[in-house]
Amino acid sequence: MAAFTTVEGIAAPLPAANIDTDVIMPKQFLKGIDRSGLDRGLLHDLRFDEEGRSRSDFILNQPAWQGASFLVVGDNFGCGSSREHAVWGLMQYGVRALIGTSYAGIFFDNCARNGLLAITLPAAEVAALQACVARPDSNRLRIDLARQTIEAAGLAIHFDIDPLRKQALLLGLDAVGQTLALRDDILAFQQRHFEANPWLR
Amino acid sequence: MHSIFALEPPPPARYTLKAYQPSREAIMAKTLYDKLIDSHLVRRLSDDGRQVLLYIDRTVLNEYTSPQAFTGLRQAGRTVWRPQAALGTVDHVNPTAAQRSARMPDAGAARQASYFAENCRDFGIELFDVLHPLQGIEHVVMPEIGLVLPGMVIAAGDSHTTTYGALGALGFGIGTSDIEHYLATQTLVYRRLKTMRVSVSGRLGAGVRSKDIIMALVGKIGAAGATGYALEFQGEAIAALSVEARMTICNMAVECGARGALIAPDDKVVDYLRGRPRAPQGALWDAAVAAWRQLASDADAVFDAEVQLDAATIAPMLTWGTSPDQAVHIDAVLPDPGDESDPVRRQGMQRALDYMGLRAGQRADSIAIQRAFIGSCTNARIEDLRDAAQVLRGRKVADGVLAMVVPGSSQVRRQAEQEGLDQVFIAAGFEWRQSGCSMCLAMNDDILASGERCASSTNRNFEGRQGAGGRTHLMSPAMVAAAAIAGHLADARRYLEEN
Repeated sequence: MAAFTTVEGIAAPLPAANIDTDVIMPKQFLKGIDRSGLDRGLLHDLRFDEEGRSRSDFILNQPAWQGASFLVVGDNFGCGSSREHAVWGLMQYGVRALIGTSYAGIFFDNCARNGLLAITLPAAEVAALQACVARPDSNRLRIDLARQTIEAAGLAIHFDIDPLRKQALLLGLDAVGQTLALRDDILAFQQRHFEANPWLR
Repeated sequence: MHSIFALEPPPPARYTLKAYQPSREAIMAKTLYDKLIDSHLVRRLSDDGRQVLLYIDRTVLNEYTSPQAFTGLRQAGRTVWRPQAALGTVDHVNPTAAQRSARMPDAGAARQASYFAENCRDFGIELFDVLHPLQGIEHVVMPEIGLVLPGMVIAAGDSHTTTYGALGALGFGIGTSDIEHYLATQTLVYRRLKTMRVSVSGRLGAGVRSKDIIMALVGKIGAAGATGYALEFQGEAIAALSVEARMTICNMAVECGARGALIAPDDKVVDYLRGRPRAPQGALWDAAVAAWRQLASDADAVFDAEVQLDAATIAPMLTWGTSPDQAVHIDAVLPDPGDESDPVRRQGMQRALDYMGLRAGQRADSIAIQRAFIGSCTNARIEDLRDAAQVLRGRKVADGVLAMVVPGSSQVRRQAEQEGLDQVFIAAGFEWRQSGCSMCLAMNDDILASGERCASSTNRNFEGRQGAGGRTHLMSPAMVAAAAIAGHLADARRYLEEN
């Protein structure tokens, strides 16, 4: 998993609520057996028209927001399907962090497993950030995970994050390897579990 | 190597005495959700006990969310902890044409199906491939063969795994990285959810279905109304439902953000499971049933949130927009964004109306359709097909409407044929197809053209979900059948009363 320490870059506002993973990564990009090629699929129908031409009015296609590293998103971002392709696509496009009021549960976990920092802030702070980064002259942010701060033009915002999630992100840890170190605990639990519920064996 | 578990800060020096606060586990009265988590807790990972290593009893795998998980195992040289606790079924990408074939609709789907078969073979996992007599949609297959049992915790790479709550099992969706974690360790790093009780009092009116209950709930609390929560459904209206009808409710609980939806198992669940091929038999069955009888929230358990619904006030529902919470009764008119004070919501409503080609104030039952789809893990079980057939018997699909039925599993299809339901659908003008996820998410060749409008018994009306530019209206199977006959959205109760 990619580590996240301090990242500076352009942020784009995406204020609509309930942007679902079908919109983030449409079905035609789900036919792979690896993770590749998903940057093209990211927010495909918002970025491209039916003929595949770039929609010039969409925020990520405007020169000032091209190459955005951050998205300041609306409520319930990433709802719907469990497809992790949505997170892979965001990362392949170059998005390193999301800032919003709430994320759907599976999507939020998928972000954590891939090193995509999903920051949750109160609605007023998200609205302030959206207004800030909607202006080309103030659309750069600096996010410092260790200090849990977002710095923008005239704004310095502290964010909360689960301590375990923070450590895993800072270090880019392999979650499976971590858990396999607890193999004996799992085996002992499993034995007790099957003794108590023999029909599960 | 670093350990995330060793990095927890050491406990603070205890210079001051704090008031004793009993932990959640120490409090006697528990919700069913907390009982299931506690009974699967391998160990705590955080001091507050919210983050745990959770043992997972079982999973089901599909061909499109699993390949990268298996590749991860292969690259790390890891094995599957308990292959017998996983089942594979091909469902998302396969065609559903009446003549069953192993041929996939495109090269990508063919590669996914063949890699899936290779992975299941190499790692010792049972596979229901597309020609297998038990093939079907994962969340239809798992309960029908008896692999979902009360008290289990089941995680799978599909958000609608919440379905299993209808049997008193905690089911929830996970991403591909967590599939890999599960396969390698039989566990997940899990954050305990808050609990929400949804009490549904009263009785449903004639012609109103469990789909209408869950759509009413999603409409009431919103698409994120249960984010961070596990739901438990209780009340007279829930007790009155069949197990299959309850599956529809738990299935769609994820559409309001819930990552778990439980209904305490009762006699109906025991009767449902008795004799299913993979359910326990003999003495083990008796022991299991005795344990299942204990699975309920304690009477004085405290939930973090409470929601009440009165079943008697619910009418057949449909969605008008592009989020499952944009829903109204069939006898209503479409809402006016101008009445919404919140600007983001107002813009969302207007965008949805524009995408759907509809206008504020329009009568819901005036909306003409070109497609009708009965299928999906939400509503393609045998009771759903019986219900739709009841509406269709002796009637014809309206001119200009292309209608199809995609049974939830091959077994559902066979049973429907034994009951003669296929002949009712075919006589009405529906296509009678093979099983799969099909046009619920249109990963195969069942897909809406841009601008086509579909009455659909599925779970998501997102932009482009059933095809780029396609317009989806969610509703119960009986309502889809009524719309297919009328040629526009229509009240199924009228047809049910006449038949």
